[in-house]
Amino acid sequence: MTTANLRDWLLSDAPTSRRQARFASWYKGWLTLRSNTLAMVGLIVLALIILAAIFAPVLATHDPYAQDLGQRLLGAGHSGHLLGTDSLGRDIYSRLLYGARISIYIVLLVAMVAPLVGLIVGTVSGYAGGWGDVVLMRITDIFLAFPRLILALAFVAALGAGIENAVLAISLTAWPPYARIARAETLTIRNSDYIHAIRLQGAGPFRIVTRHIWPLCISSLVIRVTLDMAGIILTAAALGFLGLGAQPPSPEWGAMISEGRKYILDYWWVATFPGLAIFAISLAFNLLGDGLRDMLDPKEDTA
Amino acid sequence: MTDMTNGEGRRGPSFAPWLSKTLTTLVTVAVTLLGLLFVTFMIGRVMPIDPVLAVIGERATQAQYDATYLELGLDKPLLVQFGIYVSDVLQGDLGKSIRTGQQVTTDIARVFPATLELATLGTLIGVAIGVPLGVLAAVKRGSWIDQVARLVGLVGYSMPIFWLGLVGLLLFYGILGWVAGPGRLGIFYQGIVEPITGMLLVDAALRGEWTVFRDAFSHIILPAALLGYYSLAYISRMTRSFMLEQLSAEYVITARVKGLSEWQVIWGHAFRNIRIQLITVIALAYANLLEGSVLTEIIFAWPGIGSYITTSLLANDMNSVLGGTIVIGSIFVGINILSDLLYRFFDPRAK
Amino acid sequence: MKKNFVAAAVAAIMSVGVAAPVFAETPPNMLVIANRIDDIKTLDPGESFEFAGSDVSRNVYEKLVNFDPLDLDAGYQPELAESWEISEDGKTITFTIAEGHVFSSGNPVTAKDAEFSLRRAVLLDKTPSFILTQFGLTADNVEETIKATDDRTLVLTLDKPYALSFVLNCLTSTIGGIVDMASAMENEVDGDMGNDWLRTNTVGSGPYKVVEWKPNESVLMDLNPNFHGDKPAMERVIVQHIQESATQRLQLERGDIDVARNLSPEDVAGLADVEGVKVVDELRGRLMYFSANQKKELMADPKVIEALKYATDYAGMSDSFLKGQYTVHQAFLPLTFLGALEEKPYSYDMDAAKAALAESGFPDCGPIKISVRDAQERMDIAQSLQNTWGQLGCDVELIVGTGAQTLDRYRAREHDIYLGAWGPDYPDPNTNAGTFAVNPDNSDEAGATGLLAWRNAWGIPEMSEKTLAAVVENDTEKRKQMYLDLQREHQKTSPFGIMFQQIEQNGMGASVENFVAGGATTEVSYWVITK
Repeated sequence: MTTANLRDWLLSDAPTSRRQARFASWYKGWLTLRSNTLAMVGLIVLALIILAAIFAPVLATHDPYAQDLGQRLLGAGHSGHLLGTDSLGRDIYSRLLYGARISIYIVLLVAMVAPLVGLIVGTVSGYAGGWGDVVLMRITDIFLAFPRLILALAFVAALGAGIENAVLAISLTAWPPYARIARAETLTIRNSDYIHAIRLQGAGPFRIVTRHIWPLCISSLVIRVTLDMAGIILTAAALGFLGLGAQPPSPEWGAMISEGRKYILDYWWVATFPGLAIFAISLAFNLLGDGLRDMLDPKEDTA
Repeated sequence: MTDMTNGEGRRGPSFAPWLSKTLTTLVTVAVTLLGLLFVTFMIGRVMPIDPVLAVIGERATQAQYDATYLELGLDKPLLVQFGIYVSDVLQGDLGKSIRTGQQVTTDIARVFPATLELATLGTLIGVAIGVPLGVLAAVKRGSWIDQVARLVGLVGYSMPIFWLGLVGLLLFYGILGWVAGPGRLGIFYQGIVEPITGMLLVDAALRGEWTVFRDAFSHIILPAALLGYYSLAYISRMTRSFMLEQLSAEYVITARVKGLSEWQVIWGHAFRNIRIQLITVIALAYANLLEGSVLTEIIFAWPGIGSYITTSLLANDMNSVLGGTIVIGSIFVGINILSDLLYRFFDPRAK
Repeated sequence: MKKNFVAAAVAAIMSVGVAAPVFAETPPNMLVIANRIDDIKTLDPGESFEFAGSDVSRNVYEKLVNFDPLDLDAGYQPELAESWEISEDGKTITFTIAEGHVFSSGNPVTAKDAEFSLRRAVLLDKTPSFILTQFGLTADNVEETIKATDDRTLVLTLDKPYALSFVLNCLTSTIGGIVDMASAMENEVDGDMGNDWLRTNTVGSGPYKVVEWKPNESVLMDLNPNFHGDKPAMERVIVQHIQESATQRLQLERGDIDVARNLSPEDVAGLADVEGVKVVDELRGRLMYFSANQKKELMADPKVIEALKYATDYAGMSDSFLKGQYTVHQAFLPLTFLGALEEKPYSYDMDAAKAALAESGFPDCGPIKISVRDAQERMDIAQSLQNTWGQLGCDVELIVGTGAQTLDRYRAREHDIYLGAWGPDYPDPNTNAGTFAVNPDNSDEAGATGLLAWRNAWGIPEMSEKTLAAVVENDTEKRKQMYLDLQREHQKTSPFGIMFQQIEQNGMGASVENFVAGGATTEVSYWVITK
């Protein structure tokens, strides 16, 4: 099949199979996204950051952990240090590359845990109804009423500082909105003829929720997660900045800003480069998420 | 029109739902706040920080340790401790702070106005710029103004606030000297203005101390602008989408056909109709700033409730953390209910 | 009316945009200090035990004997006590109280106030009370052991003939502060001897009184109008809590403050070329050390400890991120203390370290967890240790926590290596010797959490006896020699790796004179400062 043929097949007005229809709608979405310059910029930046993280060992010029107290706080370009060195003489450029791995690792973990918790709580709540619904939604409201960062701080303080616990804490504060979305979706699906028919065939509640309701909730959750990615990165960085995220000597970007903060007056680059890195990755996620939203929901979501 | 009995009969059933609605709301709020306290309380108990050590410090003997342990009531079962705490709270006693040695209510009365002042000014800035920007972006949809507005918003969403604060401080205070540094007030202006509301700008204005006002303003403007930027991002985006919805509505088209000026169409008709939605959004943005100013307060050494809760948390000073959480939680719940009521009250469809 | 109001507000706001703060410098009779004061929990001298709190207390409360800020080397001098006598058996000290000292409340200072204050400190039994109770003063016997026989005579009766210098040095510490009995008792609640009231209020006979203390924000002090000495040049002192070094430096450069007390080495270097600003160095008593828990097998091997001591880059650290603020020091008594040992047997020597490790039972080293609190300079030191010990083959992990968390583990004897700081509690060698080199009963049941040796499970019955013998030695030369010997032995055998002693670098306006932070022995004295 040539490229032109493929294109025709994808853009066909009369798809001949479900598979073709699905691929076609994805392809059309892709075309919409591609015409959105800002979203494409986001995608490219993101791809570059991911590549940098994957190939960090190849791209790095120094061991990100190697200290040299005689070579500390050097400016950009000095003695082969592309972006200078930090207070312990470690190469900032190499640390940023390795730091990208940590940020991406955190985002991926949270993006898996939080929506899953929300999905379970929301669908169970919506499907069960009655007291179960009331109790679960009350719990959701309690977590929503909490000051977010403070709740995350409290969890990390209770569990001990570290990346895994930071992920857990961010997830614990991030799940309630997903639960609400999942519940709303469940309520509309629950009484549909389709579900009634399945119930008549003898399917139990567990099977109905996991096999039939979950798949339908997932698309709205995915949009929301993409939009939340930047927020997750910023929260993780904030925890690192407050000393509760990744622990030294790990090159987590928030922690690097925190270390460089002391030197901001005379050695501005130590805190500035990791700041720019955080900004770049979260802006990339935001641009992409914004484009995705336009693509999947052109009437402009209001939440 | 009809006789009295009929009228009475009509009012009865419409009155009861209102009452039960109010009761439900009250119970919901009470349960939410109690849950909030319970979660916070439990976190404090599992936290691997010893509150006794926070009180007595490194050099204390075992006997002094034990005495303080009993004094803090830590020997009682957890649920009993929680029960005692809640009954104290109901009597208006939030307990004593370990870290400052003062009543938590005194501490909060001192730190909360600082946050309130900051968040209020931040929201005002956000509204003053965000609303016109959103309206403009909607009217000129797809133009460069729309793109710029969108980018400004997205950049706001993407910037780590603690970093932007550092850079802002370095630039505007350190290098340019346009604004004052961290803190609420220059040191030699301390104690000049007798507090009324605890909000320095308001107090200074009420007392007519304009030099103090000026100094306080030059301290608050940078952090407030920073917070304002964040709520601007949110407010302008929501304004834009509300406006778009209105501008595509039939009555707008009719109004245009009738020959009304563009100004009248936009502000007289479309904008009028989004007022209520907008108030809800602004209320939410305000609540978010109140609870979300933690990092800004830390960077700017702003003695507000966010940094109060955070530092207390890290010292396991749980009375302070619980007290602060109640205040913030209540405000959050309160604003939510209020915006809900407003919506119900003004929006004909909701009625 | 309303219009004017708005107009004035607008005018005030507009003027901000272009103008810097109104004052270019602080008023001439006011001293403005930036410092970290978030550790203050109480102003009560019977309870206060934090750095910033002691700074306040020294300027508010007078003591029986005290240090002259302009001649710290002279040791304790008469203050509220104009003279004292020691009895034949060396157990009873009789103080004669000077006349003319008056509390800020207007009441004159009498021996009754001194009796009340010292008894109160013992009875309250707060953390610093050990400074007095170590002389055998207890809640049960204070009626007899601390006694004012008349308005001008105070008699202290101790359980042993302690070195007089030891006793008097202890009385110069914060807990020796004399409070006004009448004011304290007027504000008594539930038999607390005014403790609750004195937490936030002061009533001493020193040069200043506290007007306002906002926790974590500021302390405001004005002159005590009844102070008997010369009227201080600084009539108002404000200490503002500023966490960041960079901020303190900017404020100093702009003339917003007179003194910046927490400057980092980089910011000190940055101030070098700034006109109108100077930096004054002062040696303080704080030591930075690491210590190894003897309950852990790896840590209990003396050769491993020796290897770790050699594998520490003392000079590298003190020449880089600690530059100017810590000097290498390896004995448990800080320099300027009686008997402080200057010898530094350990230097960064990888070959010696590797040789020592090879001789140990763990030639491949092993996993080591360093317990450290989340303060910048300690984190930097910990990361440097992680780096150099890692080169020995040790697998070093940092366990970072808040102060309370880290301390909790330390007191429970759960750490491998603890990285911490120790500051003397009172200006006598026993303050450090009594904790680094005393641990007669190493059992868990002993629970001697106040002793650093116990916290590291280092049982030393013999050394403990030697240390305790030094406190009753009244011949100063002999006493000094005893401490020198103790420290030499300690350096060789102990699981403590003492690394640095603090140098405080205070930045201040060029015209500020006589700012003395207190050396290794006492605290800051605002009343002698001029500018």
